[in-house]
Amino acid sequence: MNADQLAALAPIITITGAAIAVMLAIAIRRNFLLASGVAAGGILLSMLALGLAWPQSPAQVTLLMLLDDYALFTMALLLVTGLAVLGFCYDYFKDREGENEELILLLLTALLGATVLVASSHFAAFFLGLETLSISLFALAGYPINRARPLEAAIKYLILSGVSSAFLLMGMALIYAQSGELGFSGIGHFIANQPVMNTVVLGGVILIVAGLGFKLSLVPFHLWTPDVYEGAPAPITAFIATVSKGAVFILLLRFFISTDSYGYNPLLSVFSVIAMLSILGGNVLALLQTNVKRMLAYSSIAHMGYLLVAFIAGGSIAPGLVIEAVTFYIVAYFITTTGAFGVVSVLSTPQTEAGDIGFYRGLFWRRPLLAGTFTLMLLSLAGIPVTAGFIGKFYIFTSGADGRLWGLLAAVIAGSGLGLYYYIKIVVVMSMNEEATVRKAEESSGARISSATLAVLSLLLIWFGLFPDHLVSIIQSVSNTVR
Amino acid sequence: MILTALIAVLFLGGGAAWFSERRSPGTPRWVAIITLSFEALLAAGHYARTESTDLLPASLSPVWLADFSTPWIPRFGISFHLAADGLSLLLIALTIVLGFMAVSSSWTEIRNRQGFFFFNLLSCLAGTVGVFLAVDLFLFFFFWELMIIPMYFLISIWGHENRTYAAIKFVIFTQVSSLLMLLAIVVFVLISHNQSGLYTFDYFKLQNTRIDPDLAFWLMLGFFIAFTVKLPAVPFHTWLPDAHTQAPTGGSVILAGVLLKTGAYGLLRFVIPLFPEAALRFAPIAMTLGAVSVLYAAVMAYAQSDLKRLIAYTSVSHMGFILLGIFSWNLLALQGAVITMLAHGISASALFMMAGALQERLHTREMGNMGGLWSAFPRLSALALFFAMASLGLPGLGNFIGEFLVLLGAYKVSVLLTSATAVVLILAPVYSLIIIQKALQGPLKIQLALSDLNRRELTSFSLLVFITVWLGLFPQAVLNVSEPALKQLLQDFVAMEHR
Repeated sequence: MNADQLAALAPIITITGAAIAVMLAIAIRRNFLLASGVAAGGILLSMLALGLAWPQSPAQVTLLMLLDDYALFTMALLLVTGLAVLGFCYDYFKDREGENEELILLLLTALLGATVLVASSHFAAFFLGLETLSISLFALAGYPINRARPLEAAIKYLILSGVSSAFLLMGMALIYAQSGELGFSGIGHFIANQPVMNTVVLGGVILIVAGLGFKLSLVPFHLWTPDVYEGAPAPITAFIATVSKGAVFILLLRFFISTDSYGYNPLLSVFSVIAMLSILGGNVLALLQTNVKRMLAYSSIAHMGYLLVAFIAGGSIAPGLVIEAVTFYIVAYFITTTGAFGVVSVLSTPQTEAGDIGFYRGLFWRRPLLAGTFTLMLLSLAGIPVTAGFIGKFYIFTSGADGRLWGLLAAVIAGSGLGLYYYIKIVVVMSMNEEATVRKAEESSGARISSATLAVLSLLLIWFGLFPDHLVSIIQSVSNTVR
Repeated sequence: MILTALIAVLFLGGGAAWFSERRSPGTPRWVAIITLSFEALLAAGHYARTESTDLLPASLSPVWLADFSTPWIPRFGISFHLAADGLSLLLIALTIVLGFMAVSSSWTEIRNRQGFFFFNLLSCLAGTVGVFLAVDLFLFFFFWELMIIPMYFLISIWGHENRTYAAIKFVIFTQVSSLLMLLAIVVFVLISHNQSGLYTFDYFKLQNTRIDPDLAFWLMLGFFIAFTVKLPAVPFHTWLPDAHTQAPTGGSVILAGVLLKTGAYGLLRFVIPLFPEAALRFAPIAMTLGAVSVLYAAVMAYAQSDLKRLIAYTSVSHMGFILLGIFSWNLLALQGAVITMLAHGISASALFMMAGALQERLHTREMGNMGGLWSAFPRLSALALFFAMASLGLPGLGNFIGEFLVLLGAYKVSVLLTSATAVVLILAPVYSLIIIQKALQGPLKIQLALSDLNRRELTSFSLLVFITVWLGLFPQAVLNVSEPALKQLLQDFVAMEHR
């Protein structure tokens, strides 16, 4: 490894260093503020290190990782989101009794796993990144160990994630058995040189898709999602919903494009069925929920389905547009979901999660700014203009229509109609007049960092909704580097 | 620039109204009045300058009175492109007048959270003005969606007993149908991209796109459904009676007077000019839907006992005339549709204000609980009679001119449908007079100290009376404004037919 490659790897090294620094800081002096501060500094440094890595890209660092512009862009996205989640975690856990410092450490290792994942170009890096991410997430989800719900969530996630990793490994093994390659580009060459469709490779890819389907909580691999979303502490839910899913989806896209798996037509049919089921299933089940966190969980299933529509379009349209559409949608989804769970997390305490919809009754008149932010986030999830979510939905329509996926687009329209109902239902509850059930004054109890973060997220949401062009041109230029 | 100002003033005024609530709860309504006056001045100044067309790019035909364009999202060739012709100007004038009416009728009715109420009212109007001005399809869709959310808040926060149901129904109907339109827009743009290699959402450039006739039919249908849901016409009308009944008076005024007209405007501006052949093939079905709406809604109106529900059904009936007129696609029928748009905007709003005034005094909308009100409210009753007459199409008032021209134009296209529709000339008096009979005549049922219309209400109603009479006696002034725009639409259509 030479100096250039080291520079290219600097962001990942910095995050690793930050994790070690937090570990040492805890050993010297147990202080939540100190640990959070070190972690925040580490994430910021890592973002600076992206600048160091930028001139080197695209850099193939060892066999395992490819740091191209796209990888660096998505890393930046993951790091910023990680920083926002760190802010929510600080406000959420700062008054909790007990030892909270390791939470910060786990957050950094999860972030490390995610950054490795988006830069991987080899099965080994792929698997290592995914496991680093997942193992950190079990512990994060079950962090408040003295309560039943988080523990249940952690165990569920642990078991199902273990199963999905097994699927994944089996899939990799099948592909390796045929091709003798573990690198994405090697597999791509192998597939391109096959005269007829290799069914064993196809089986391997399907197993990998099933494994990733668990992480992305696509129907029919979604059963863990509502329980984990409901049980985990709200800021951690935000992390699972964004960083974990986003990184996995980006990896899936990169895997498909660099191995040219789009050539396998049966695979696209499988994806179409999964997307259809996710959109309709997610939205219909979300209708039945009375718990906001469960509802957002089902809605995230539906959103992954929408994202798949753009992904499937890659079978017949230029990869540039697909990557652009998927990436824009992911950016919008990150902002929106982080914001929505951020609001939930501001309203929650480690003792009581603000899950039940009754919590939100009359929120508009008690805490107008918070309710306004939540409304904005919900409208963005519903794809209403002025928000980034609308531009995201526009991208889904554009790529879907370009790929002539009429059936899937019909599902998107039906799903959006259903989605609107439950998003609006929350807004209705928030705007109801508060009746006799006046809650005791839970005025903004110094959740300053969270409030500032939410303000920034709202501004970004509207900025990208009104003037998406800057973001679009950045995404366009980084998308062209993927191959 | 002035076109942008027309939209921005309303938005900023809305924001100002919201903030001004901190001073005192009553300030927002004054801010709203000031905003609307300023908007009216802007529009009037614009109207005065329509003679000079030197500001326009040479490529644009002279029917366009003003044009403003700046790139917005160059990646997809989307620009912030606004343009006004006589048609949009008339509808904007209507929007401003009814904006005043909505503020006036909310003056004492809305007591809670006035700031947020007037913010929503003004931003809904801003979205509507945007719809009337946008000539970039993406921008049009943007404003189209933008006016829905404030209206949703108006219904769901300040509405009556069953408001949540009505508000959600309204949003879902309009939103799902508009997604069909978004899909149609996107496919349309992709086709033009395949032909020219350039992305553009511009109305004028897209008009030259050649489309496979079968595909064009589906695209046209996407637009058509979105607009007829908003219009609304049978079978997409079921959201309207609920939304109207539950909305506060100000919301009903905007809904009936302005929001429904955006559907008609969309049909006129986009559906037929963009897809002429497909629209021509579809015209018999669309005209039949129009005729069915006219008759069915008239019969339904007669069967209602809730005053606002009855008026809502009469709206559906009048909108059927517009659908019939637009798809007849000749100058007479189009002029009739435009006049009907304006006249119905005024008369339906007046009737809703009437219903609102009654509800504020009697706390009921059930006509069974009214009766004999003429002796209690002589002024209100006289005005109610006047607007009921306007609504049934009494010659000399605005609605008559519109309906007459539509029937005249439609007769050239389909004798059968026109004669069927003409039956409504019998049905309309029946449903209009039933209001008078049930609510105003007979023995007085309510023993309360009731106050007749006050000065504010009288001023509002007299303005509407004046406009209705003026439209009925001197329609030529309005016809002159809309004529060049309509003629241009017809010309483009002929040109495209022969291409």
